[in-house]
Amino acid sequence: MRRLIVLPWKKSVEIAYKSIRARFFRSLVTTLTLVLAVSFLSFSQVSIDIADKMLATGDPSLCQMLMRCGYDILPGDTSLAASPKQRWIITLSLLVCVVGIINAQLMSVTERFREIGTMKCLGALDRFIVRLFVMEAAMQGFAGASFGAVLGGISAFLAALFRFGPDTISLFPWQAIFVSVSTAFVTGIGLSLLGVLYPAIIAARMQPVEAMRVEQ
Amino acid sequence: MSEKLIVRVTGVTKDFDLGKIVVKVLKGIDLEIETGKYVSIMGPSGSGKSTLFNMIGGLDKPTQGKVFIDEVDIAQLDAYELAWLRCRKIGYIFQTFNLIPVMTALENVTLPMTFAGTPNEAAVHRGMKLLSQVGLEGRHGHKPAELSGGQQQRVAVARALANNPSIILADEPTGNLDLSTGEEIISLLKQLSQEQGTTVISATHDFKMLNVSDQVIWIRDGRVDKIQERAELEIHTGGMSS
Repeated sequence: MRRLIVLPWKKSVEIAYKSIRARFFRSLVTTLTLVLAVSFLSFSQVSIDIADKMLATGDPSLCQMLMRCGYDILPGDTSLAASPKQRWIITLSLLVCVVGIINAQLMSVTERFREIGTMKCLGALDRFIVRLFVMEAAMQGFAGASFGAVLGGISAFLAALFRFGPDTISLFPWQAIFVSVSTAFVTGIGLSLLGVLYPAIIAARMQPVEAMRVEQ
Repeated sequence: MSEKLIVRVTGVTKDFDLGKIVVKVLKGIDLEIETGKYVSIMGPSGSGKSTLFNMIGGLDKPTQGKVFIDEVDIAQLDAYELAWLRCRKIGYIFQTFNLIPVMTALENVTLPMTFAGTPNEAAVHRGMKLLSQVGLEGRHGHKPAELSGGQQQRVAVARALANNPSIILADEPTGNLDLSTGEEIISLLKQLSQEQGTTVISATHDFKMLNVSDQVIWIRDGRVDKIQERAELEIHTGGMSS
């Protein structure tokens, strides 16, 4: 293997990290979109988990409390699922989030046309460019999704505590809550990666000459 | 002449399709460039010299004709081999410096070495050596924005040299620099080409370049107008200055 072109993982992480730091504020805005969407998802799921557990006890007073808090419970229901409306809102919020990320990443690619072209002139392969953008998105995704998932989980916990009273804390389904928060976290990272894919491919496919021609 | 050819261009044409009209930028160029020479491609704006330059650098593909680097037809190379060529064989210097803004001078210089698989420590060592060679000791930790134009171009020269390329392609290297800084960069390039036997090809309309060139290729309207060797040149420029 004499004709070797490489970019070690450590170096890609380093470059991606530097790029984020150099555009910290913009990254923060992108990450914040993700935080909002993921925390909303996490909040809804955890709230449902808690309400579901309370309903499952079959205690009529708890059922009354749930209905007072706005849950639609029909007599005989044993489990609560997200209502179609709720699911629709969650889907929409995630969709808006992805569009926001794509938009931000496209801008970031356009801004770096020359940088990408230069890297290609220095011998970078297409997949190095994709990798750098994906790494960046993964870092933003990790930060945004973990913060969002935990934030949503904690808010749902506090909201339940406030609405149903501290006595119900023993009823909280910790395992289900953990699963919901983790799901929200994974979804967040997925969204971040989904949002960067198209911009990264555009960046990687660009011919160096075109990249150099861009006026800046 | 039995000297080795490093670049051979045969019958290269390049058309740009602008939708309604097709612009013929290069109309059949034949060139041979020998190893170790300092060659300037001269011509007015719009003569096609930058286009020709991009062809030689493997940055663009000709519409017709072939470009050989070290007797390899670069149109036959796949993306991977082309990247290898850009990384190891060719060092690029641009009019607009094109340093990566988020990296320090040293990191800019070591990036091509990283791509070439040089271990980090060796790359840093060589990077420092190259930076001092171009007269930038102690500035390795500076970002491009913290350096002057001339200093940025020096970093670019060091970066171009990183993998010991056989060819250095410089597209208007002095275009964005003032007179004396431009002269410094030119003499730096000349010195490097003499010391290391690197072929330097620069596209320019800067007449300061003439004094150091071994060969000047004049491009006019998409064709080679004339090729002058150094001996003829001195008479020519001497005549002009007197």
